Amino acid sequence: MSGSVTTPRFKQNAHDALGDARLQRALGHARNFIPRRGAAVERLPEFEALRDSARDIKNHTLAHLDLYLEAYERKVTESGGFVHYARDSAEACKIFLDLAKARGAKSVTKGKSMISEEIGLNQAIEAAGMEAVETDLGEYIIQLRHEAPSHIIAPAIHVTRDDVEADFRKAHLHLPADRDLSQPEQLLAEARGILRNKFLNADIGVTGANFLIAETGTSIIVTNEGNGDLTQILPKVHVVIASLEKLVPTLDDAAQLLRVLARSATGQDMSVYTTFSTGPRRAHDPDGPEEYHVILLDNGRSAMLGTDFEDMLRCIRCGACMNHCPVYHQIGGHAYGWVYPGPMGAVLTPSLIGVAEGGQLPNASTFCGRCEQVCPMRIPLPKMMRHWREREFERALSPATMRYGLKVWAFFATRPWLYRASTDLAMRALTLLGRKKGRFSWLPLASGWTEQRDLAAPQGATFQAQWRAKSGATQ
Amino acid sequence: MALNDNEKRATPCVGLFVTCVVDTIRPSVGFAAVKLLEDAGCRVVVPSQTCCGQPAYNSGDRANAKAIARRTMQAFADCDFIVAPSGSCAGQLAKHYPELFADEPDMAMRAQAFAAKCRELISFLVDERGMTSVTATYSGLVTYHDSCSGLRELGVKTQPRKLLESVEGLRLLEMEESETCCGFGGLFAVKYGELSGAIVTEKCGHVVASGADTLLAGDLGCLMNMVGKLQRQGRRVKAYHVAEVLAGMTDAPAIGEPREAMK
Repeated sequence: MSGSVTTPRFKQNAHDALGDARLQRALGHARNFIPRRGAAVERLPEFEALRDSARDIKNHTLAHLDLYLEAYERKVTESGGFVHYARDSAEACKIFLDLAKARGAKSVTKGKSMISEEIGLNQAIEAAGMEAVETDLGEYIIQLRHEAPSHIIAPAIHVTRDDVEADFRKAHLHLPADRDLSQPEQLLAEARGILRNKFLNADIGVTGANFLIAETGTSIIVTNEGNGDLTQILPKVHVVIASLEKLVPTLDDAAQLLRVLARSATGQDMSVYTTFSTGPRRAHDPDGPEEYHVILLDNGRSAMLGTDFEDMLRCIRCGACMNHCPVYHQIGGHAYGWVYPGPMGAVLTPSLIGVAEGGQLPNASTFCGRCEQVCPMRIPLPKMMRHWREREFERALSPATMRYGLKVWAFFATRPWLYRASTDLAMRALTLLGRKKGRFSWLPLASGWTEQRDLAAPQGATFQAQWRAKSGATQ
Repeated sequence: MALNDNEKRATPCVGLFVTCVVDTIRPSVGFAAVKLLEDAGCRVVVPSQTCCGQPAYNSGDRANAKAIARRTMQAFADCDFIVAPSGSCAGQLAKHYPELFADEPDMAMRAQAFAAKCRELISFLVDERGMTSVTATYSGLVTYHDSCSGLRELGVKTQPRKLLESVEGLRLLEMEESETCCGFGGLFAVKYGELSGAIVTEKCGHVVASGADTLLAGDLGCLMNMVGKLQRQGRRVKAYHVAEVLAGMTDAPAIGEPREAMK
C-alpha cells in the first residue's frame, strides 16, 4: 500500500482533518453525489428490485466461488490469456514484476485500480526501476502529490482546482511558465497532452476490473475518461489486477450489476466507457495487446467466506456509502489511514489488516444507517461494524475505561430496583445543580459531552419515580 | 383479566418503554406519551425498567446486552404492545433483540414474538391506532429532524408531520438535510466527541437556516445533542420532543432551559 498505515491514529487524523481549512473546502464536493444518486434512482422504477437481484447474484457467486474461479480461469486460458493467483500483496507484486522484468519493461501505464493501491504496486514498480504512470486524471494528480486516493471513485476529491494548478506548474516544467491554467478544461488539456506520450510509449498497461465474467473469461472496466481503454489497448501487454470477489457468473449478471453501479456511484445511468476485454488481440482484431494476464488477489478475502463478514465481499466499490456518510463528509478519506475509507472501509480494513490495527474505524460510526440505505448490494454495513466491535470487546481490545464503565452500568441496568433508586437520587441532585441555567456547560464525568455542547439538566425526579408516586405503586 | 382479541383492539394494554434518557432527564416526555396513548384509547402500564441495552450492544458487549434484553422482555411480557417515545430504543427492541439472540434458537423465537409487539410512539399512534389529528396548540415556527433509527429502521417519516399539521398555531418549516444524522450516535457523541461536534455543527446550520424558532424530533438523545450545540452557539432555538407538542404539554421549559426563561 502507498505510504504507511495510520489507521490506529484515526482520532488524531480526524482532528487534523477537521482543522484543515483547505481540505474542508474541498470536501464540500463529496456532498454533491447525494442529489445525483437520488435523481438517478428516481428515474429507474425498478431500482429496488435490481438491488435485490444484484445482491442475489453476488451471494450465489460467493457460495460457489471455487467453481466460478475454475470456469473463469478455463475461459481466460482458452482465449489465450493467463491467470495468476496471488495469496497476498507481496505475491501479487512479485508476479507483476517478474512479468515486467522478463519483458524488459521500462514504462507502465495504469488505469484506476484500488487493488493496485491495496498491494502498493506503484511503489513496487518504482523500486524495481520502472516508471508507473497513473492515467486517470484524479489518480494522476495524486501521484504528482505523492498521496493515496481519498475516495474509491473520486481519488482526488480532497484536492481543489488551485491545488491542481500549483501541482501542474511544479511538475510540468517543460511547459511555458506564463500559460493560462485558470480553467479546469485547461488543466485537463494539459494532462491529456502529457499522458498521450505516456500511453504511446508504455510497455505494459495495468488495469483493475469492475467485474470478471466466468462464462466468457472477460474483464470489465468502467471509466469516464477513456484512459482505461488506451491503457489496455496500446501497450503490448495488458495486466488485469483484481480481487477474487470481482467474479460474476454470466454477461447478463454483469449487465445487471452495471445498472446499479454507476447510478449508485456518480448518479450516471451508465459511466461514459464500459470496456470489455477478453484475452489478447486475435489475428483479425485491428488492435489490442499481444499478451493478456490476470493477477487474482486473495489477500484475506477467502478467509472472510462463511464468516460474519462474507456480505462485505458483495461490494462493487461504487462509493455510495462514503458519499452519504456524515463521518466521511467531515474528514474525507485520508483520515481512515489505509486504502479504503468510509463505511465500506470501516468494515473491510479490519478484515484485511486485522482488527488490532483497523479497530478504530468500525467504532467511528454513529450507526445512522444511511450507508446501508443506499448500498446497491444491500450490505448491512452497520451490522458488520458492530460485529467488529464485538470482536474487539471479546479480545479486550476496546478501551479499558469504556469496558469498566459498561460493566458498572450493566450492573445497575440489570437490577431495576437499584437502578430506579440510584438514578432517581442522582437526577434529583443534578436537578438542583443545574436549576439555575437548566443546563450544564461543564460537568465532571461528562466532559466528553460538555466539551462540545451544553448538557440539559434533568427536570427533577425520574419518570418512573413520579409515575409510581402518582399511581401509588410500590413495586 | 385476560382480554379477547376484539377488546385488545379496542383498549390494548400498552407498556410504555419510557427509555432511560426520558426517564432520567425529561420525564415530561413520558407523561406526554401517556396522554397521547390514552387519547388513542390505550391502557398504559409502566413496568419497572432500566434501559434497552443499546449502549452495551453497540459497544460489542453482547453478554450484557443480552442480560438487559432478557429482563426487558420479561418485564413487558404481559403487554399487547410495547411503545417507546424513541425510534432508536424502539428499533433496538423491534429490530435488534431478534438479532441479538440469533445464536440461541429458543430465545430468538421469544425475541421475535416480543419484537413484533414493539413500536415507536408516533408511528404507533398513526399506523396502529389510526390517529389523524391531535387537540393541541403551539404557536411557533417548528422544524423537524428525522432521527436515523426511527427513519431507517422503522419508517417514521410522514406520521409526525401528519399529526403536527393538526396542531393549532404551528407552522412546519422543513430544514435542508432533515434526514442527515445529527452526530449523536449514543456513546459516539462522547467517544468521538470532536467528530460528533463537527457533524452537529453542520446540522445546527440547517436548523438555523430553516428560520424555525423550535426544533422537534422523536428522540431525546438527538434533541439534547442538537439543542446543546445550539445553546453553546448562543442560538435562541427551543427544542421539544415531538410528543410534548402533540400532547399540548409544552408548559415545562424547553430542553436545557431554566424554569423562568424563554417564555
